[in-house]
Amino acid sequence: MRSFSYERATDPVTAAARAAEVPGAMFIAGGTNLLDLMKLEIETPFHLIDVNGTGLDSIQETDDGGLRIGALVSNTDLADHDRVRRDYPVLTRALVAGASGQLRNKATTGGNLLQRTRCPYFYDTALPCNKRSPGAGCAALSPSGHSRQLGVIGTSDACIAQNPSDMAVALRVLDATVETLTPEGDIRLIPLQDFHCLPGTTPDRETVLKDGELITSVHLPAPVGGRQAYHKVRDRASYAFALVSVALVRHPDGTGRVALGGVAPKPWRRPDADAALPEGAKAVMECLLEGARPTKENAFKLKLAERTLAAMLAEE
Amino acid sequence: MKFENTATDTFFDTTAVLGKAHTRIDGPLKVSGQAPYAYERHDVVGGQLVGYPLGATIARGRIVSIDAEAARAAPGVTAIVTTLEIDPLGISSFNDVRLFGGDAIQHYHQAIAVVVADTLEHARHAANMIEVTYEEESGLFDMEEAWKGRDTSGDPDSETGNVDAGFADASVTLDATYRTPVQSHAMMEPHASVVDWSDGERMTVWTSNQMIAWNRKSLAQTFDIDPEKIRVESPYVGGGFGAKLFLRSDAVLAAIGSRAAGRPVKLALPRPFVFNNTTHRPATIQRIRLAAERDGRLTCIEHEGASHRTPHGSSEENPVSQTEVFYAAANRRVKHHELKLHLPESSSMRAPGEASGLMALEIAMDEMADKLGMDPVEFRILNDTQVDPQNPDIPFSDRHFVDCLRVGAETFGWCARNRSPGSTRDGMWLIGHGVAGAYRGAPTLKSGARVRLKKGRLIVETDMTDIGTGSYTIIAQTAAEMMGLTADTVDVRLGNSDFPVSSGSGGQFGAASSTAGVYAACLALRNKIAEELGSDDLRFEDGRVIAGNKAFPLADLFDGKEVCAEDSMDFGDSQKKFKIATFAAHFVEVGVHAATGTVRVRRMLAVCDAGRILNPVTARSQVIGGMTMALGAALSEELLVDTSRGYFVNHDLAGYEVPVHADVPQQDVIFLDTEDPEISPLKAKGVGELGICGVAAAIANAVHNATGIRIRDYPVTLDKLIGELPEI
Repeated sequence: MRSFSYERATDPVTAAARAAEVPGAMFIAGGTNLLDLMKLEIETPFHLIDVNGTGLDSIQETDDGGLRIGALVSNTDLADHDRVRRDYPVLTRALVAGASGQLRNKATTGGNLLQRTRCPYFYDTALPCNKRSPGAGCAALSPSGHSRQLGVIGTSDACIAQNPSDMAVALRVLDATVETLTPEGDIRLIPLQDFHCLPGTTPDRETVLKDGELITSVHLPAPVGGRQAYHKVRDRASYAFALVSVALVRHPDGTGRVALGGVAPKPWRRPDADAALPEGAKAVMECLLEGARPTKENAFKLKLAERTLAAMLAEE
Repeated sequence: MKFENTATDTFFDTTAVLGKAHTRIDGPLKVSGQAPYAYERHDVVGGQLVGYPLGATIARGRIVSIDAEAARAAPGVTAIVTTLEIDPLGISSFNDVRLFGGDAIQHYHQAIAVVVADTLEHARHAANMIEVTYEEESGLFDMEEAWKGRDTSGDPDSETGNVDAGFADASVTLDATYRTPVQSHAMMEPHASVVDWSDGERMTVWTSNQMIAWNRKSLAQTFDIDPEKIRVESPYVGGGFGAKLFLRSDAVLAAIGSRAAGRPVKLALPRPFVFNNTTHRPATIQRIRLAAERDGRLTCIEHEGASHRTPHGSSEENPVSQTEVFYAAANRRVKHHELKLHLPESSSMRAPGEASGLMALEIAMDEMADKLGMDPVEFRILNDTQVDPQNPDIPFSDRHFVDCLRVGAETFGWCARNRSPGSTRDGMWLIGHGVAGAYRGAPTLKSGARVRLKKGRLIVETDMTDIGTGSYTIIAQTAAEMMGLTADTVDVRLGNSDFPVSSGSGGQFGAASSTAGVYAACLALRNKIAEELGSDDLRFEDGRVIAGNKAFPLADLFDGKEVCAEDSMDFGDSQKKFKIATFAAHFVEVGVHAATGTVRVRRMLAVCDAGRILNPVTARSQVIGGMTMALGAALSEELLVDTSRGYFVNHDLAGYEVPVHADVPQQDVIFLDTEDPEISPLKAKGVGELGICGVAAAIANAVHNATGIRIRDYPVTLDKLIGELPEI
């Protein structure tokens, strides 16, 4: 861990301004991912701005019947919130499928959206990784690389890392919007679908956030209704990242929405795949996973995604 | 003393303490954080600095240069020693690969430097600043390639009858190949040591190790110093499973760092080092051929297996050895290949050999029962043997495997299962049941102890270790039983090289051996008391010794002065005269998700035959721990090998998935009420490794029963099932 300086911010505006002003500054909230990365010197900030005291820790009702979730609301509190449990149950289900109780107590809504991939080569600084060191190459794509956990779609020749978040998959299916504050004090609204970047030739760039830009909240639109479910598939029963996860909202008439986790660099959803939902899982996945480029080790994810959705549809 | 003949002792036929349920006496210390583990020994010596290792990032070759200049100037750094600065250290008789020194790299994450600093953060950061250049050599890292190239021309390890003729005549045959991956011990506490070698003369090592005497000897050989100048302490060990049998780089680097800095140094291996710097259970490939008559009697058993090792040493993982004796068959042949790979050092992990061997053999038995249309329980019962099938003159000392199967089947409700694979459902879950047999040897090693009686309290001292197994408790119970005391009047002191040499903990020899050593020491003490009282006819009970019609409180003997006795138990050749082993039957119910292929174990039952059970609480804990570890081996644990770079890729606990609580279902353990008079005066055998044996195969067999899909390649993960699951 490289030595760093530290300050506590007491309001979002100052936090964002300081982040732009101090070279090598990063925000820290729960720290559940950042501290690990700092110990490995994958992240080497010179300065940390602790945003835990900025007051962004409440959940408020919005005028349109939705919710505005403060960026510092913990995963535990968000999952347990009465309105979330009643009106956005897919979000509660996704949250409690992630990490462990202790981590969910510390992890925040904003931080969850910024967690880095769990590709083992990203975490091993002795190995080439284009996300960690642009241009270094991709060990996962080398002939002896392992990729069972990694992405099958939205990936590139430079990187096949997947986004590990469960929460983001539910937010995607709920059409959430991320609200940010720029260092200049401007508020920006970013639909979640546009928030994460695909790797292309720049896998080190994972979100559209600009330097110093601070996530202040996540907006959920008015409840979409329907039956909601989140099915996370993994080798062990808890405390593991998804091989595949499926977030589903389904209305009595058979229409609805589907988002996938564990398969792509971002929560994966397509409107035309949603439209195919009344035709069943096969039709949805033919569209949703169109253009997939799996490796030999993770090709099973295509079938797994389809069968998981099929089971969810059959179970209703 | 020496244990030579069948135990005739009646000491333990009626017991007050031994054999009774007793929670572990070190439990309160552990759950309240007061049991000092190696890295927490801040009390033992002042002025401790923190060491951090640097590991090689190639698997094979040599170091051309190490630039540590910037690191030496980094904040907080006291000393840095690189492997190029010292002569190659000795390789102890317990190690295969050099732990430090010289420019040669023999495996990935081999230690190449140690940084000593005032804080962990400073030491780690400085280690990251060290620049290393290598001259890399290619190596052999691919088990499949090595298996293909194995030498099949040599003699078998053992052969009885005529296997080739037997197969030619056979009515029903099976020929299948099975694979187990590299596994890691993944114990909670990484290897860690505090070492004070400040003066370069006397070395004190507070460490986490299973074998104190071996550890001291290894340190002496490694550093070429007099073992008398080394003191080793390891009173508490946060799990070992074989990973801590031998000296590893934590103690070596801390010692080198301490000598360089002139201060005590503490060093814990970072988690990735546990996988690539220390040892692992090697992968195996096993081909099994079975032949049987139509009535189910096995006529031929052939087991050809292979595991890998470094080119510099030997492999403990011989998966074919139990097949020599587990089941009857007139014609039998086994052969084990030690394949040389340039991966890190392979070594013992819980039940080395049997754990992997039974993962394969017990699927093969299930497949054969299938082919014969027999119940797999009845098939195993039919092929039981009470003698070494290679040499019928040698009987098993005490074998109740058939009872394990029968009691288990009855308790588990085995006969109520659905025998047709893939035809029982609970909603989206396919339900299946599986059985497997378990065999694990019951070795013993010479073990000594010293007992000191003072004012009615007994102190037991032995270098035996408690690696979470319950040694403190069963030793207290043994000594209490021998001296007519209660366990709470016995103080047990373990894991210190100042104490008499014991068996140590490993190979499930610890419980049987160390309690026999304590028994010997207590007998010596009883003899001293007999001498003092001038009577040979003594009874020890309720804190008193009774001679004829007189009773003396132990507290009053020898005028209240301390009396001390020491002895050890040496074991004769009973292991040659008899096959001495432990047995179990494992029954498992699984659910396999019909859509995703996710496997979840629903309930597990073990029925164990392991002689006298010294303490049913700690013995049960050992068995369910083994069952849990086997659950991981069956369903998720696999160290992935990068076959061109030559290292284990998923080298942390996020990537190497051991079971979590939610994976572990209802677990029941039944101990048969057996005694083995050939093992020791206590007639007790270990159970710590029996619990892992056979379980994974029972799970794989249950998956087959649930789905009709036979997986012969562990772990049984959903990607191997999903292509053959039914339509939804």
